Amino acid sequence: MINEFDITALFITLKLAGVSTLILLLLGTPLAWWLSQTRWKLKTILEAIIALPLVLPPTVLGFYLLITLGPNGPVGGMLESFGGASIAFTFTGLVVGSVIYSMPFVVQPLQNAFSGIGRRPMEVAATLRASPLDRFFSVAVPLARSGFITAAVLGFAHTVGEFGVVLMIGGNIPGETQVLSITIYDHVEALEYGQAHWLAGGLLLLSFLMLMVVYIFNRRFSLMQSSNQ
Amino acid sequence: MIECQLKIKQGSFTLDVDFCTPANGVTVVFGSSGCGKTTLLRALAGLEKSDDGFLKVGDSIWQDGKNFVPPHMRSVGYVFQEASLFNHLNVRGNLEYGARRATEAGKDFMGRALDLLDISQLLERTTEQLSGGERQRVAIARALAVNPDILLMDEPLSALDLKRKKEILPYLDSLHDELDIPLIYVTHSPDEASRLGDHLVLLEEGSVVASGAIDEMLTSFDLPISHGGDATSLIEAKVVGHDDRFNLMYLDFSGGQFTVTDRELPLESKVRLRVSARDVSLTQDLQTDTSILNIFSAIVDEIVPEGQSKVMVRLKIKDVTMLSCITRKSAELLELNPGKQVYAQIKSVALLS
Repeated sequence: MINEFDITALFITLKLAGVSTLILLLLGTPLAWWLSQTRWKLKTILEAIIALPLVLPPTVLGFYLLITLGPNGPVGGMLESFGGASIAFTFTGLVVGSVIYSMPFVVQPLQNAFSGIGRRPMEVAATLRASPLDRFFSVAVPLARSGFITAAVLGFAHTVGEFGVVLMIGGNIPGETQVLSITIYDHVEALEYGQAHWLAGGLLLLSFLMLMVVYIFNRRFSLMQSSNQ
Repeated sequence: MIECQLKIKQGSFTLDVDFCTPANGVTVVFGSSGCGKTTLLRALAGLEKSDDGFLKVGDSIWQDGKNFVPPHMRSVGYVFQEASLFNHLNVRGNLEYGARRATEAGKDFMGRALDLLDISQLLERTTEQLSGGERQRVAIARALAVNPDILLMDEPLSALDLKRKKEILPYLDSLHDELDIPLIYVTHSPDEASRLGDHLVLLEEGSVVASGAIDEMLTSFDLPISHGGDATSLIEAKVVGHDDRFNLMYLDFSGGQFTVTDRELPLESKVRLRVSARDVSLTQDLQTDTSILNIFSAIVDEIVPEGQSKVMVRLKIKDVTMLSCITRKSAELLELNPGKQVYAQIKSVALLS
């Protein structure tokens, strides 16, 4: 039923989602913390930029990424002038696209969780001799645990499910940038409904299980919650 | 000595204080809500930043001009109004959080904090399994377990109901008696102030109105606390004898001896008595045919009007100061004047610790 390209696509998809989630958590945690603490007046502009992928058609985002990262784009051109290669149509390009595309799904739950902690526990920790970095890891992170679980699961699942951005920036090269969601599309195009069923059903089950995890760890979780609780 | 000169602007409110208080005993920071008590306490801990000023606690300088020591580098114990325990840790985890980080804390301080607040049996509970009173006791022990140079408490009783307050107060009394570090206690309750305080800092609209020893402050007529229904005097005394037949005990103070209901306190133990100005009446001659047991010879020190019909009289019983609130008519009939000798009859006294 499932051929070796499907298996490869599955592995590429999981690798892409795993790597992207890791990078998203590393970038998103300090960003979300900063957003939850700052009184900077222009913070709403930054919040709007981060939230853009929520409303932007994925192909639009993918198009701009292709222009920017391609050999003639500013970033791609810069990479080439330093002796590197353009990252368009590579796995790295997919990761960059995924990180930008899934950013709001990681930053928003984390920002909500950090805001929900309030100032008091951090002040208590300060009076108990914890340095700023120490109290971030010993108080803010454990108290925001459910936020981290939500962010990781949503970031992962959203990356697994993306189609438009990946198609634009990755170019659907089998064994390199072909991911599961595009493979399903290809199977349907070729009228291979059996294989499409297997892959689609698998993704459905995976998505359901991951959401279950979120709801188990975070009973008050809602996908529609606003960024200001 | 604690020296404090701080200036903090928060919107339209400015805290601008300059005072000293001894580095021992309990200093009560007293004032109505919104006068800046909490801001002052937070500034002492470094949680509010003063752009300029000077703050010295014992031998450590925590602020000198622009040099600001951040909160985690200050040897403070801070008890917030709400217990503010860490919900991701159990009671033991909460206590060890600070104790493990404070270099000056040894294992024995943890043990002492557990004993003082009587929470050894709560160690393995989660924070949700504690009552309001227990939460606040754990919070106090957590602050003490770091072996701080100074303990700061921000109205630790105000979030509790009367029953819980009564549960905590004995522990605060024992802190007062057994701690050898200064305690700064913020409150708007005259009751807590007179029960726990040794020194008083009076705060009004962000400025220190007066500061000094509490017994002098309570009876100083230029301060609002010496007027109105709450006017009281404090007397330090010690237990000198028990009367088993009438279930009474005798308390010596520098002006004489009180007879009060026996509380079965050991001999020589120190107690603080509070006498409300309304419970002190005056007579020209020593009354013998009266039910009142506590009668002392006193000299009138000063008389000030108290509303339309009353006067507040400050008396000296040897070196002890006491307030008496009587009607203006009685004062006139007794021909009270500064220097006149009278007898103070004390209807009731409250034993504070």
